[in-house]
Amino acid sequence: MLDVRGLTTTFETQEGLLRAIDDVSFHVPEGKTLGIVGESGCGKSVTALSILRLLPDGVGAIEKGSVMLSGKELVTLPEREMRDVRGNDISMIFQEPMTSLNPVYTVGAQIEEAVALHQNVSRKQARARAIEMLRLVGIHSPEENVDAYPHQLSGGMRQRVMIAMALACEPRLLLADEPTTALDVTIQAQILELLQSLQTKLGMSTVLITHDLGVVAEYTHHVVVMYAGRVVESAPVKDLFRAPKHPYTLGLLESLPVHVEGPTPTRRTRLRTIEGIVPDLAKLPPGCRFAERCPLVIDRCRESEPALERLAGDGEDDDIPGMGSRFSRCYRAADVERPSRFAREDRT
Amino acid sequence: MTEPTRAAAPTPAQKPEDDKRRTLVATEHLSKYYPVGGGLFSRSDRLLRAVDDVNIRVRRGETLGLVGESGCGKSTLGRLLLRLLEPTYGRIVYDGKDIAPLGQAQLRPLRRKMQIIFQDPYSSLNPRMTVREIVAEAIRIHSLAARGTEEEGMVSDLLKKVGLRPEHMNRYPHEFSGGQRQRVGIARALAVQPEFIVCDEPISALDVSIQAQIVNLLLDLQDELGVAFLFISHDLKVVQHISHRVAVMYLGHVVEQASVEKLYASPMHPYTRALLGSSPVPDPERKRLRVLLEGDVPSPIDPPPGCSFHPRCPRAISQCKKEAPPFAEVHLGSGHKVACWNPHVEE
Ligand SMILES: Nc1ncnc2c1ncn2[C@@H]1O[C@H](COP(=O)(O)OP(=O)(O)OP(=O)(O)O)[C@@H](O)[C@H]1O
Ligand SMILES: Nc1ncnc2c1ncn2[C@@H]1O[C@H](COP(=O)(O)OP(=O)(O)OP(=O)(O)O)[C@@H](O)[C@H]1O
Ligand SMILES: [Mg+2]
Ligand SMILES: [Mg+2]
Repeated sequence: MLDVRGLTTTFETQEGLLRAIDDVSFHVPEGKTLGIVGESGCGKSVTALSILRLLPDGVGAIEKGSVMLSGKELVTLPEREMRDVRGNDISMIFQEPMTSLNPVYTVGAQIEEAVALHQNVSRKQARARAIEMLRLVGIHSPEENVDAYPHQLSGGMRQRVMIAMALACEPRLLLADEPTTALDVTIQAQILELLQSLQTKLGMSTVLITHDLGVVAEYTHHVVVMYAGRVVESAPVKDLFRAPKHPYTLGLLESLPVHVEGPTPTRRTRLRTIEGIVPDLAKLPPGCRFAERCPLVIDRCRESEPALERLAGDGEDDDIPGMGSRFSRCYRAADVERPSRFAREDRT
Repeated sequence: MTEPTRAAAPTPAQKPEDDKRRTLVATEHLSKYYPVGGGLFSRSDRLLRAVDDVNIRVRRGETLGLVGESGCGKSTLGRLLLRLLEPTYGRIVYDGKDIAPLGQAQLRPLRRKMQIIFQDPYSSLNPRMTVREIVAEAIRIHSLAARGTEEEGMVSDLLKKVGLRPEHMNRYPHEFSGGQRQRVGIARALAVQPEFIVCDEPISALDVSIQAQIVNLLLDLQDELGVAFLFISHDLKVVQHISHRVAVMYLGHVVEQASVEKLYASPMHPYTRALLGSSPVPDPERKRLRVLLEGDVPSPIDPPPGCSFHPRCPRAISQCKKEAPPFAEVHLGSGHKVACWNPHVEE
C-alpha cells in the first residue's frame, strides 16, 4: 500500500541546511496501522508532511527518497496530480487544528468543501454529509455546530472537526498526526474505534503518530521509533513493548508513570526521564545520535553511527520496517532489557 | 435555576492556618453562558452553558487536577479563573478578594501572579517574535531583569529548564515542532515566577520522556516556590501522579471532587468510572474491558432535564430524569463530593 524508502527532507535555516529526517523507510500494508513514536522534534510530522508534499515552500524540500502509494511514485508526481492524491487518496489529520482550520469559515463550509472535492454532490447533500460526519466524531448538537466558527469550539471539538474533514473523502491512506491528544479518553476510544471500523470497511491504511503509548499499544500493528531524524527501532507492537531493542525505546517506556490502578504510594515522586537533550541537527555527532544520553554507550557508539539492521531470526525478505521483522539501530541491541517489574506476570 | 446574587455569597474566612493550607483561589456559582447565534438555527434567547454553577477551590501550593469530557468547559473555567474571560455571573475569590468585578486596569497587578499555559501552543505564540523575544517580553513587562546580559541569561536558563537548547532562542515559533513550541509557552509562563498557573493540557503534545521532565519541573516548582496549579489534562495517569485533589467535569458542571487517592480508588460518579475505565493501557498484551459510553453526546445548549448524564448513565434511576442531583458529600466529612442520585458506593 504505502512504501517509503530512504526519505530525506531538509530545511533551510539560519544554522544552514538541516536534515529534519534522514533516510526514513517503512511500509504500511493495506488495512493496517503503523504507529510512529519518538522524541518531540524527531521528525514525525515532517515525515507525514513529506509524504503529502506539504513542506513549506522554498524552505523545506525532499532531498532524496521514494514514496510509493499503491505502486505510484509521489515524490516526482506533478503538483496538479498530487492535488488529486490529496483530495482523494490520502488525508491528513494535522497536529494543530488551528493551523489547518480556516478561522473565517464555518466548520460546516470546510467539511463540505472536502466532501465536494471528492464526490459529485449537491450543496444540500454535502451539508447533510457534513452534519453526519460531525455526529460520527461525537460533536454535540451537530445541526448547530455545523454553523459554528472554529474559535467557538473547544480544543477537542476542533480536533474532531479535523478528523471529520479527513474522513469525509474516505481516503485510502490516513496520516493521523496526534489525532486524539486534545480528547478525553472516552471520546478518544470512540474516535479510534471509528478509525478501526473504517479500516475494515474501506481497507484504509493508517499512519498513526502519537506520544500516547497506551494508544500505540491498543491501536497499532507495527511501530516505528524515531530519534533525531532517524528510525532507530521498528517492531510489531507486542514485541516492542515486551522487549524493546533500542535504549531510547526502553527509556520512553520507562518514563511512564508506573502505577496502573488503585491507590498510589508513588504519587508525586519524580518520574524517570531520559537525561539530556537531543543533539542539535546542525551539529550532529559522528556516531550514534543517542550516544550522549545512552546508559549502554561504548566507545564504538561515538565513533560511527550504527546502521538500522534487521535482527536475526526474522523474515528474510523484509528489507524495510513495517512488514513484520524487527529492526534496531544499535550496536548493543542484544543487551537492551526491560526490567522485570514490567514483566506481564507481575500484573493482575 | 436560582440566580445567586454576588452580595449574598460570603467571603471565605481567613483562618490563621499555615500558609500552605490557605485557599488561594475559589469560585462561587461561577458560570459562563454563550448566546447561541450566527447560524440558520439561531434564536437569540438560547444559551450555551459552557460553565454552569461551579464551585472549586485551589489552596496555596496545591495542585487541583481537572478532567472531563472534551467540550465540557475545562478551558473556559481555567480562563475565567484568570479573568481572561468575562464571567456571566458568580464570584472568583483570589487571595481573599473577589476579582470577578474588577476591570482590566485593576487586574494588572494580579497578572504577574497568575499565568496560563495554553492548550494550543501554535495560536498562543506570536509568529513574528523570536523565542527570545517571547520569553523576554514577559520578563520586561514585569521588569524582572535588566535588559541585556541579565535578561539573556534568564531566558537561557528558562529554556534549559524546559529542555530546549538556548542556542535556539533566535528562532521563530514555526521553526519548532509542536512539542517544542509547547515548551516555549511553558518557559514564558515560568518567566514571571507566578503563584498560580492554569496548565491547560500542558503536556499532551509532548513525548513521554519530556512529559516526565515537565511533570518533574512542575513538582519542583511547587516544592521550591509553593506554586499552585489547576492542572487540566486528559491523561489520567499524569493527573493521578501530580494532583493533590481532582475535580471531574461533565457538561459545564463539576460532578465529582475528592482527594486523588479517594477519586482513583473509589470513584462514585458513573461518568468518572467510565472515564477511568477508558484509559488506554500501555501494554498490548493486556486484555481490556472497556465501558464505552453509549448514546449521543448531550448538548450544553439544551441539556437533558434532571441529571445531565442520565441519558448515557448505566445506573440511572427514575429520579435522575426529573431533578438535578445536589453536589454533596456522601459520607459527611470525607471531602469526597459527588453530584449523583445513585452513586457507586463501596460498603
Ligand atoms: N519550517 C521549519 N523550519 C526549520 N526547521 C523546521 C521547520 N519545521 C520543522 N523543523 C524542524 O524539523 C525537526 C522535526 O520537526 P517535526 O515537526 O517533524 O517534529 P515532530 O517529531 O513532529 O515533533 P512533535 O512531537 O513535537 O510534534 C525539528 O527539529 C524542527 O525544529
Ligand atoms: N467563544 C465561544 N462561543 C461560543 N461557544 C463557545 C465559545 N468558547 C467555547 N464555547 C463552547 O463552550 C463549551 C466548552 O468549551 P471549552 O473549551 O471550555 O471545553 P474543554 O472542556 O476545554 O474541552 P477540550 O477538552 O476539548 O479542550 C463548548 O461546547 C464550546 O463549543
Ligand atoms: Mg509533530
Ligand atoms: Mg480545552
